[in-house]
Amino acid sequence: MASIPTHASVVVVGAGIVGNSLVHHLAKLGWTDIVQVDKGPLPNPGGSTGHASNFIFPVDHSREITDLTADSVRQYKELGVFTESGGFEVARTPERMQELRRRMASARAWGIESHLVTPEEVVEKVPFLDPEVIVGAFWSPGVGVVDSVGAGTMMREGAQESGALTVSANTEVTGIDVEDGQVVRVHTNKGTIETDKILVACGVWSPRIAAMAGAAIPLTPAVHQMISVGPVPQLAERPGEISFPIVRDMDTYCYERQHGSDMEIGSYAHRAILHEPDEIPSIEAAKLSPTEMPFTDDDFDPQLEQALELMPDVLSNPDVEIRYAINGLLSLTPDGAPILGESPQVKGLWSAAAVWVKEGPGVGRAVAEWMTHGCPEIDVQNADIARFHPHQRTREHVRARTSEAFIKTYGIVHPGEQWTSDRNVRLSPMHSRQKELGAEFFEVAGWERPQWYSSNAKLVEEFGERVMDRSAEWDSRWWSPIINAEHLAMRERAGLVDLSSFVIFDVFGPAALDAVQSIVLAQMDVTIGRVVYTPVLDETGGFRSDLTIMRLAHDRFRVVTGAAHGMVDVKWFADRLPETGAQIADLTSSFTTIGLWGPRARDILSQVTTADISHEGFKFGTARTIEIGSLTVLASRISYVGDLGWELYIPMESGLRLWDMLTEAGQSHGLVPVGLGVYGTTGRIEKGYRAFGAELDSERTVIEVGMARPKVKSQNFVGRDAHLRHREEDPKAVLCSLTVDDLTSSTGEKRYMLGGEPIVSANGDPLVDGHGHNPYVTSAGSAPSLGKHILMAFLPPAEAVLGNQLQVVYMEEFYPVTVASVDATPLFDPTNECIRR
Amino acid sequence: MDILVCIKRVPDISGRITLDDSATDIDDRSLGHTMSAHEECAVELAIQTAADTSGSVTVLTLGPAEAVEQLRAAVAVGAKDGILIETDDLSAFGPEDIASIIGDIVRDRAEQGQTFDLVLLGNDAADTGDFQVGIRLAYDLDYPVLTGISTLHAVEGAGAGDAGAGGPGSGGPGVEARGIGPSGTEIFSLELPAVIAVQEGGVDPRYPSITGRMKAKKARITEYDAPEPGTGNPRIGLELPPETTSSVTILGEGPDAAPALVDILEEIGVIRS
Amino acid sequence: MTLVFVETDEGGQVQLTSAEAVTFARTNADVLAGLVGSPPEQPPGRSATSGQVAQRPQGSSDEGVTVEAAVIGQLTDAATEQLARLGVETIHHLEHPELEAYSAAAWAQALVDIAPETGTVMASGTPRGMELMAHVAVRTGQRMAANVIAADADGLLRQVLGGSAFERLALGGDLQVLTIAGHACSPEDTTATTPEVIEYELEIAVEDLRTAVVRTEVETTDAADASGLTQARAVVGAGRGVGSENGFGEVLELVNHLGGALGVSRVVTGLGWRPHSEQVGQTGSRISPDVYIACGISGAIQHMAGIEGAKTLIAINTDEESTMVQRADYAIIGDLHEVVGAVNEEIRTRHG
Repeated sequence: MASIPTHASVVVVGAGIVGNSLVHHLAKLGWTDIVQVDKGPLPNPGGSTGHASNFIFPVDHSREITDLTADSVRQYKELGVFTESGGFEVARTPERMQELRRRMASARAWGIESHLVTPEEVVEKVPFLDPEVIVGAFWSPGVGVVDSVGAGTMMREGAQESGALTVSANTEVTGIDVEDGQVVRVHTNKGTIETDKILVACGVWSPRIAAMAGAAIPLTPAVHQMISVGPVPQLAERPGEISFPIVRDMDTYCYERQHGSDMEIGSYAHRAILHEPDEIPSIEAAKLSPTEMPFTDDDFDPQLEQALELMPDVLSNPDVEIRYAINGLLSLTPDGAPILGESPQVKGLWSAAAVWVKEGPGVGRAVAEWMTHGCPEIDVQNADIARFHPHQRTREHVRARTSEAFIKTYGIVHPGEQWTSDRNVRLSPMHSRQKELGAEFFEVAGWERPQWYSSNAKLVEEFGERVMDRSAEWDSRWWSPIINAEHLAMRERAGLVDLSSFVIFDVFGPAALDAVQSIVLAQMDVTIGRVVYTPVLDETGGFRSDLTIMRLAHDRFRVVTGAAHGMVDVKWFADRLPETGAQIADLTSSFTTIGLWGPRARDILSQVTTADISHEGFKFGTARTIEIGSLTVLASRISYVGDLGWELYIPMESGLRLWDMLTEAGQSHGLVPVGLGVYGTTGRIEKGYRAFGAELDSERTVIEVGMARPKVKSQNFVGRDAHLRHREEDPKAVLCSLTVDDLTSSTGEKRYMLGGEPIVSANGDPLVDGHGHNPYVTSAGSAPSLGKHILMAFLPPAEAVLGNQLQVVYMEEFYPVTVASVDATPLFDPTNECIRR
Repeated sequence: MDILVCIKRVPDISGRITLDDSATDIDDRSLGHTMSAHEECAVELAIQTAADTSGSVTVLTLGPAEAVEQLRAAVAVGAKDGILIETDDLSAFGPEDIASIIGDIVRDRAEQGQTFDLVLLGNDAADTGDFQVGIRLAYDLDYPVLTGISTLHAVEGAGAGDAGAGGPGSGGPGVEARGIGPSGTEIFSLELPAVIAVQEGGVDPRYPSITGRMKAKKARITEYDAPEPGTGNPRIGLELPPETTSSVTILGEGPDAAPALVDILEEIGVIRS
Repeated sequence: MTLVFVETDEGGQVQLTSAEAVTFARTNADVLAGLVGSPPEQPPGRSATSGQVAQRPQGSSDEGVTVEAAVIGQLTDAATEQLARLGVETIHHLEHPELEAYSAAAWAQALVDIAPETGTVMASGTPRGMELMAHVAVRTGQRMAANVIAADADGLLRQVLGGSAFERLALGGDLQVLTIAGHACSPEDTTATTPEVIEYELEIAVEDLRTAVVRTEVETTDAADASGLTQARAVVGAGRGVGSENGFGEVLELVNHLGGALGVSRVVTGLGWRPHSEQVGQTGSRISPDVYIACGISGAIQHMAGIEGAKTLIAINTDEESTMVQRADYAIIGDLHEVVGAVNEEIRTRHG
């Protein structure tokens, strides 16, 4: 029996593209005593890498995925395993052509060469494609194929040769010991390894391994069908693995990829076929490999017909035989993003799972940097394993969402598109009232949040032209003019907002002040009752979060943050508490929050409370407990919509009572319920408020987003050194607000950008900031108070000049825009009169 | 020549298997299904022979509704149509039952005017390995039968008569069949109609083309309900071989271990000096 | 009585597989006798008969149960002696001009003519044994069990699924018809007696000659290779690990050094690297050499089924955990090309 080391700095489980890339990068970053195990043989242990189709399309709507892909391509090229073939995404329908125009927007935004082309131009490069079937295509010259097994082998063997890595194949993890919430050792069929870190990079088996430590990696093995047909004479004429561009037949959810004289046809069109990680056959029991499951013909038959339509000359040839057909397993997650980082459930359990071949090496580098420095260079917040709320880790949720999402792999997904499965998981106490009001619910983190209320439809008539209705179907999908009407009603009278989805946690104990002080940028040694809005930075001075903290007592701070990112914040704080003296209590499910804002907010609130809520008696940026009827309410005078008002925190069970009291009191003041469409977009965008995940991420500095304060506190905090350095440097980009000067398209229809669109110069030339990035719209939305459509974007400093005329590209048309703000100065109410009245 | 090929849906096994809870069948939940390798060759021989004689191939199976997949797989490579005799409890049928059911179908079809000149089967099914359905079917139909046949050619003037032993040799349409015998390739000449059980190795079964696969989807599959089993299956249960514990002696790693191996070969006395 | 159809080779020797079948018949004679007539629907192990039989010591022949052999065609003195040593008491010698060319129906009828009304008829699980027993079963109105590996009071145990599982079954009927799987037991000599040889005057029905062999082509490479493979004392096996069609150089040199034969896995023939006749396994040859050297073969069940008879199993494989290494007597962990190359070199050095 080959022996296995008894100790390791980290045990990497899996020798697919991800595990191999990880050991390479860890070794490169100076790690030693790395042990890598895989239950299969090398070089192909039988996971998803072994049967991957291995092609890479560089453009994705997600910046994060695009960046990881670009980094991966760079690494594959360095290893000499990348063959450029070019690739087409072909459209059979006008709807798909519109989607390809959006694809162009992403390509321009991420700075990747791409072109929209005619069917004839496709046929020039792919002569066996029938141009009659398609209406156009998106051409990416940078598309290529890689040898992912070869690349992984080189990376793994390089780490071995450096002496940093011991590899043990045919070694199955049989158990993980956890003591006091920390991984302490890993058991395998070849022996036990003492280690405080295990890195789970074994794809479809990852949930199984994590479960051994009592943690969840919420992914599911799912089938992607692929067949290989050949020999195709047209392909055999040219030498090498690939000489024709890869074709993605987007409307049939299929691709056709040359592989020597064979053509591989893969499909994402079939029903979602999910498997259980525990029921994947063993290597011994599998016919091909464990992740090459038996092919189910019936699921593929429709795709054959469609492929035949597209490439009749090649595929109708009776000598072209179906020589290989599999139901290949890959990993799907409930939100489609990878699962990276340290588990919030078990210290020392790291995940690098649900990663495609196109992202593998990039993910390897990012996670290795994360483990080494605490944060990766590329922002991977959307992939953080800590993002999952408890219900999102359940098998049922994973099954429901992945079943729903499978067809979206090549689908046209609107940025506002809502899930239909596994809804109504978390309901606010006001939910029944909101239903009565005809709320249109959008879901975040399981919470059902009213986006707008049908009961407010009458307001659309009231405000007439000012609601800026949208005629284009795409622009108005998942949108309603009621949002803008609610906005105007709030600005003129008052609005009531359900904010139950806030993630709320207390940091408390004798060392609580030191703890929060060391984690956030703002000065936290403030008087009790102060509310502080603060960035949270990582070591490089990039944003980890932005949130508000109320000092409730000398030793208690209440942190309030968004639902989508809140679980990550909880872990970020928990990981950085001192050993003793400070603790965290998650109160998310204890409190509901109701926002009351607008010029009449004080009038309404004063009707139900006797507390002094005058401007002087209840200052902006403070919080205190007040009585509202028989309810004890923590009121906090802040605003994310830029108007007078309070966030009211109340135990869940009393939320409905408070809602009803305020509704009744507001009747005579014209109070209306207001949805998250206002809170999340229109209210904030005309105030220039930044949102985490849109404007704020770990690649942005406080300076670039215009949130630097005059002084930096003397106490140390995470990212302070970097922040101080940034303050000395000229910013490489500046976050600006822009107004769209003319929304009229070439067909005379007004078009409204939704976000993600590139910003170019007045004559259409690309702009490049100091990071080498092209500017793109980070947030877009109506500013009904201003009658404008507003965009936010990071511009090169030279372009960040008030009044500067630029253009935004939307659906491949150019619209004039003007720089309207080059710092955090709001376009609406620049002096914040409304808040301080 | 019109040929009937009898195929069977069997689990696609290449490794370790597990039994179901009743221990009367294998747990095939994670397994794919296929037709036996012998039968793939039978289908291929049938297609080639039918093509040579302007005939057609019909495939038949007794099995669950899902067995239509195997019928369609045969159509995809060139069979004309399929017959599914459906049962959801195939293990209730013994070889006698299966032969008799196929016999009834052949007679039925003959009455309807479709005469099969040749009935092909696999030598034995990959799962049950009974080695007898073809022979039983031949007796049921009163046809001559061959087993272990690996290649097949249509000929005129067939019959065993030219063996010089006073056989019939009447010279009607027939087939020349070849199979591996104990002392070489045995050649048989057979008058039709006949039953032949095919052994893999003589032909390479073709893969389906895309057009073939699409044709298969639309192919006519005639379905019958299986009659109640008569003789039944003598199976009591299945058992797995005991796990063997390894007693391997590792001689070493890499080329350095070669002398140790040569020592052993010398000891056994198999080195030709 | 248990009647065993015995096959002889061209030299008139009893085939190894037939010797195994005779041994099986003798050592299980009493158990087999106990199973005769037990109705199939009767729960196994509960009948009085089988219960009594089960208490008898295994392997001792029952006085009342004789093992008899049927030989068709030439019966040599050597074969008679071999059968005597194996414990056969009576040899039925069936010879007729019409039986010289093999015809399953005619041969089977000859066996039916001499088969007992009650008892067991068996053959080894060779293609011919299988075919004849199936004919015998139909002609006598009996069931048939193929590839039996054991018998006890609960019934028969036979290989199914290519040897990866066993089926327990009860045939019932007065005459049990079965074939014995290769290597189900090893030939075992017992106290030799002089067997009685009974000659018959057979009548062959013309009807039964419809399927006689027209001619046999011994010169075909397939047949020659196949017989070489099954007779060789040393077989070198090669699997996917060889890498390509051109990767057999070292392996073939070793075959030459050993005066043995090359055997390959199904993957290798599937890829078209070597002819099917060299395939060892469930659908290829089943071999029983003195030594089998498996080079780069992981040990799929399909393949293992064909090498069960090897007396010494040596594996050369990169994967220590592979089935082949775990099942081997000796193993070298390493690349087959390097290791086999070194073995050839060593043999050349030692033996000039």
